[in-house]
Amino acid sequence: MVDAEPLVRVRGAAKAFGGVQALRDASLELFAGEVHALLGENGAGKSTLLKVLAGVHRTDSGEVTIGGGPFEQGSTRRSREQGVAVIYQEPSLFPDLSLAENVFIGRQPVTGRGAVDWARMRRAAAVLFGQLGVDLDPDRPARGLSIADQQIVEIAKALSTDARVIVMDEPTAALSASESERLLDVARRLRDGGAAVVFVSHRLDEVFALCDRLTVMRDGATVHTCPVAGTDAGEVVRWMVGRELTDLFPKTETTPGDVVLRVRGLTTDGVFDDVSFDVRAGEIVAFAGLVGSGRSEVVRAVFGIDRYDSGSVEVLGSPLPPADPRAALARGVALVPEDRRQQGLFMPASIARNTAVVVLSRLARRGVVRERAERELAAHWAQRLQLRHGGLDQPVERLSGGNQQKVVLAKWLATDPRLLVVDEPTRGIDVGTKAEVHRLLSEQAGQGLAVLMVSSELPEVLGMADRVLVMREGRLMATLDRAEATQERVMLAATGQASVAGEGSAA
Amino acid sequence: MSRVLSWDRSVFVLLVVTVAVGAVIDPDFAGGSNLGFVLQDIGEIMLIALPMTFLIMTGEIDLSVASTAALAGCVLGWAWQASGSMAVAVLAAVGTGVVCGAVNGFLVTRLGLGSLAVTIGTLGLYRGLCYALLGDTTVADFPAGWTNLGFSSIPGTPLPYVTPLLVVLAVAFGVVLHLTRTGRWVFAVGQSVEAARFAGIPVARLKFRLFVVTGAVAGLAGIVYDLRFASARPDGALGFELAVIASVLFGGVSIFGGVGTMWGVVSAVLFLGSVRSLLQLQGVPGNALTIITGGLLLASVVIPVVAQRWSAFRERRSRVLAAATP
Repeated sequence: MVDAEPLVRVRGAAKAFGGVQALRDASLELFAGEVHALLGENGAGKSTLLKVLAGVHRTDSGEVTIGGGPFEQGSTRRSREQGVAVIYQEPSLFPDLSLAENVFIGRQPVTGRGAVDWARMRRAAAVLFGQLGVDLDPDRPARGLSIADQQIVEIAKALSTDARVIVMDEPTAALSASESERLLDVARRLRDGGAAVVFVSHRLDEVFALCDRLTVMRDGATVHTCPVAGTDAGEVVRWMVGRELTDLFPKTETTPGDVVLRVRGLTTDGVFDDVSFDVRAGEIVAFAGLVGSGRSEVVRAVFGIDRYDSGSVEVLGSPLPPADPRAALARGVALVPEDRRQQGLFMPASIARNTAVVVLSRLARRGVVRERAERELAAHWAQRLQLRHGGLDQPVERLSGGNQQKVVLAKWLATDPRLLVVDEPTRGIDVGTKAEVHRLLSEQAGQGLAVLMVSSELPEVLGMADRVLVMREGRLMATLDRAEATQERVMLAATGQASVAGEGSAA
Repeated sequence: MSRVLSWDRSVFVLLVVTVAVGAVIDPDFAGGSNLGFVLQDIGEIMLIALPMTFLIMTGEIDLSVASTAALAGCVLGWAWQASGSMAVAVLAAVGTGVVCGAVNGFLVTRLGLGSLAVTIGTLGLYRGLCYALLGDTTVADFPAGWTNLGFSSIPGTPLPYVTPLLVVLAVAFGVVLHLTRTGRWVFAVGQSVEAARFAGIPVARLKFRLFVVTGAVAGLAGIVYDLRFASARPDGALGFELAVIASVLFGGVSIFGGVGTMWGVVSAVLFLGSVRSLLQLQGVPGNALTIITGGLLLASVVIPVVAQRWSAFRERRSRVLAAATP
């Protein structure tokens, strides 16, 4: 099934942005009819390499060929014409156009008289969706489509342009388990249709379930390429980080103390209903469930970002006023939000400014923020969290995802909270940083911090939590102790279907 | 960050060059009396530009400032005639500015309306109230002791009485923007409203207060304007919002918020004043001078785009050259 000649060959690619060497010696060979995993920690150069193929960046040196001839770089349009299509994590469709129009945008089929041939366009879109094995109505508008379905529309678009190389950049990061499973099926169909599929994911179980070969990058260079069969997760992680990762979930055993957070009957009509739970000092409580089950909405309401209709929130025995994040902060509640780029950080601002923004009044003397105190605070946390940076004045937009997440954590830990709420603390960050975040949370809980964690990654939930709260469609379905929480039980409660329970088991 | 720094530094250099060139081509230009004239000419613009910088930094805007200033000016005249006390009149005028700003702030932050639309509306509304209050008449009987403040100089200097007010307020606004928590909040809100909410920054309250301060300072500018012309007129300060916003943007504040410096804005206002003065000395008619403000406004929007394209072009060219010479 795999040809002898690679469809795409990248050899010795290098690319620098200013002083930062994003690629040093990147190589990649893609064959028609394979799914190829591209792996590496954040900042390893995967995205830069993919953007070269997408036509966003050009390499400074090195060779890129497609179909045996030179690959014309630096134009997204030319990339598409050469058969490369990129499916981004969060596609941008035209919300008010139909799915069929989105698929054929800019290349609508026309009738003999030059008008758009709507019927043909609809039929063609339906055929594409059929090929992908999904049930989508070509006539419905894109507005309100789930991210998973939006990705499918993008893939259909790629197919309609006869793309030979389909790049998926962390497509499953924002998807639920069943949506991910469907996407993996679609990727297999693309492979069987003869395309070369590049698959980027931080979820190694997916890589082992889906991919034929893998390429591991580290520090801008390719360090290993091999068939997926014959290797294992431990070995791949070692290639990625260049060291042994012994303890992925370093759980510190603690005895829970007083109740820090008490939530009773919290309800927002149509979003979540009658949610009650406690979080004690020194305890890590995890919210599990599918994406869209209402977990983030509950923690947002607790912190006061959103209003709730009824119910009560108490912190350390006294009620917390609703819809008032400042009151929550004053009472020692911190929320590390789900979307670090939009909600967690001021992207153009420096590391120091971002770290200090919540505790400015503590750093001020007679109203003037002492820049030295600000830098000392940032330096302290940068060191505590082993932040990799090029100076505390560096804008956070130039940090890798994992390091950005460390800045968000630093910013909230600097408030010296009693209750730390973390929403998807390790989404889209690399294995090494993930372990560091887990260690940090464990350590903080060990020192008496109450931690409430929303996570869609089951291994993380099971590895970290003292108790697991499972939500489904806005309701709390189960509360499981550490001892009784298993993958099957959590999935069962999260989906409400016995049949799904065993499905999530990793390779 | 570095591009921002070079922007406001460039404006300062431009100001220095303009003054130097002006001194060469017209000896009158660099004279002390002309410096006084320039400060008087741009006094109200500079006053209003200070709080406007804050507003635009947070991603909002207030187009009603000139109408607010005019309304405050009219209230000054009306209250002076009604009460016979300038102290009462001044308080009433500043209070008018506060109310105007509060109305804008309420509509934007409580009702969640866009500040562009809201303040275009109040631009018309406040101007209309001027005519409702004074009709087509002007109030021109302010006490001489007060109007002297408007157009004479501080004894022994060429500087108008408005100078210390400008210096004190410019320093104060600069300190607040660059050194205090409020200033940090302004940058933060401009960079991401959502992240600001998650960081516990009281976004709505901050913006409301900025609108109120902008109204108050516009009211103050209305008083300065009345005293300068020794009269209160319903068509006072007409079109000043354009000059204010042109100065703020030319001073390097991003129209999208989150980027800017106070000294860049102050340099831009002084630059605007210098160019206007230079052209006036060359006999260009006053009414044609809005060409300058319009030009500055366009330049502040166009130059960053051109600069970006140019640097992209140079990068590409240097890469091609590097590839050609192995």
